[in-house]
Amino acid sequence: MIQITVSICKWKIILAIILFGLYLIRYFFYMAYEIEIILNRQLADCLSMPVFITDTTGNLIFYNEPAEKILGTRFEDTGEMKVETWSTIFKQQDDEGKLLQPESLPLVRTLKDKYPYHKTFWIQSLQGKAEKISVTSYPIIGRAGKFLGAVAIFWEAKDL
Amino acid sequence: MKIFIRGVRGSIPTTSPDTIHYGGNTSCSVVSENDQMLVLDGGSGMQKFNLLTNTGIKRIDILLTHLHLDHIQGLGFFNPFFDPSLDVHIWGPVSNNSLHARLSRYLSPPLFPVLLRDLPCKLTLHEIENSSFEIGHFKIESRYVIHPGPTVGFRIKGKNSVFTYIPDHEPALASPDLTDNPKWISGFDLAFNSDLLLHDAQYSAAEYKTKLGWGHSSMDDTAKFAAKAGVKHLLLAHHDPAHSDDRLNELFADLKSRNNYQFKYELAAEGMQIELP
Repeated sequence: MIQITVSICKWKIILAIILFGLYLIRYFFYMAYEIEIILNRQLADCLSMPVFITDTTGNLIFYNEPAEKILGTRFEDTGEMKVETWSTIFKQQDDEGKLLQPESLPLVRTLKDKYPYHKTFWIQSLQGKAEKISVTSYPIIGRAGKFLGAVAIFWEAKDL
Repeated sequence: MKIFIRGVRGSIPTTSPDTIHYGGNTSCSVVSENDQMLVLDGGSGMQKFNLLTNTGIKRIDILLTHLHLDHIQGLGFFNPFFDPSLDVHIWGPVSNNSLHARLSRYLSPPLFPVLLRDLPCKLTLHEIENSSFEIGHFKIESRYVIHPGPTVGFRIKGKNSVFTYIPDHEPALASPDLTDNPKWISGFDLAFNSDLLLHDAQYSAAEYKTKLGWGHSSMDDTAKFAAKAGVKHLLLAHHDPAHSDDRLNELFADLKSRNNYQFKYELAAEGMQIELP
């Protein structure tokens, strides 16, 4: 009888731990982004230039409708994309067609040192289409001075 | 956990007989459990604070969501400030200027005769941001929410229940239909699964269309937000000063007629007392 009672108690504890674990998972899944990120998304949503928003490690957490044309995918379909996935979607080249090192790209530099950058170069999408673009990137530094992510805006390149 | 609603009017106090039912004092609520007491915001509802009578409470914590006037105008009339035997702690969002400097803009001449530094109580100021902290047995999370200027909401966990307080908030500014992934909804994690949520609901849906970006919500958006967050009981608050009791009743009846939410929701009224398990 005592053994049965102990066994029931044990299972109750295990069940409670599992339920608590599920609650925590659910809670962390629903952790909202900082409002600085949320408001940047809202701004991006209103713009006709392609805009990419990343977290602090470069994972793509949002791209707007004009950016969907560059990536060839829809945000609704892909959701967030890991840095290693989205960074390989297009190739960056200089005017001579040489591949650019990732470290020289504005967004990568912004993520590294939290400063804004601008650069004009060529991109080639997976569909093989080459396009000359300018990219401006800036860090999202929140009210508390905390680095929260980065934004890259693509502009039609203007030959000066 | 007991919650005492002391002020639910938005923007400016009203004194009209037309607003006597829901009340004309601006934002202030008091949370108490055992011998702990938290005062949420210092609007005009803070005046005549007398909960200390016959209690052994020696410390009071005031949690300010932000420093707009309707949330601090009662501070100068808060009796415990003038009691030298009391410890009073004020928690407010960090900004470029210190909390002391920003509060002193109001609590100093010519706006107020007594300087903050001259208050007789033992006063301690705490600057918060996206923070987690404890006051006695209360576990509190503050998170920035969408409203002009540095503004936070509070998630207060007592012994057995959670109360979320977001009196000034416009989540629909960034998530217009509030059906997005919760990660993109301001304040969602504060409100998630709360036993009670007190939330901004200043406007009707029609009024909100003309006041986008002012930092407040429509009743419709607030109800949607609460439903999405799985809130058990919602208090719609921060009533527009132009809304009489009759108008509020009309708007609320309209909201109820168009929705079938399964959780309890009602208009917040001054003098309400709610007990959570």
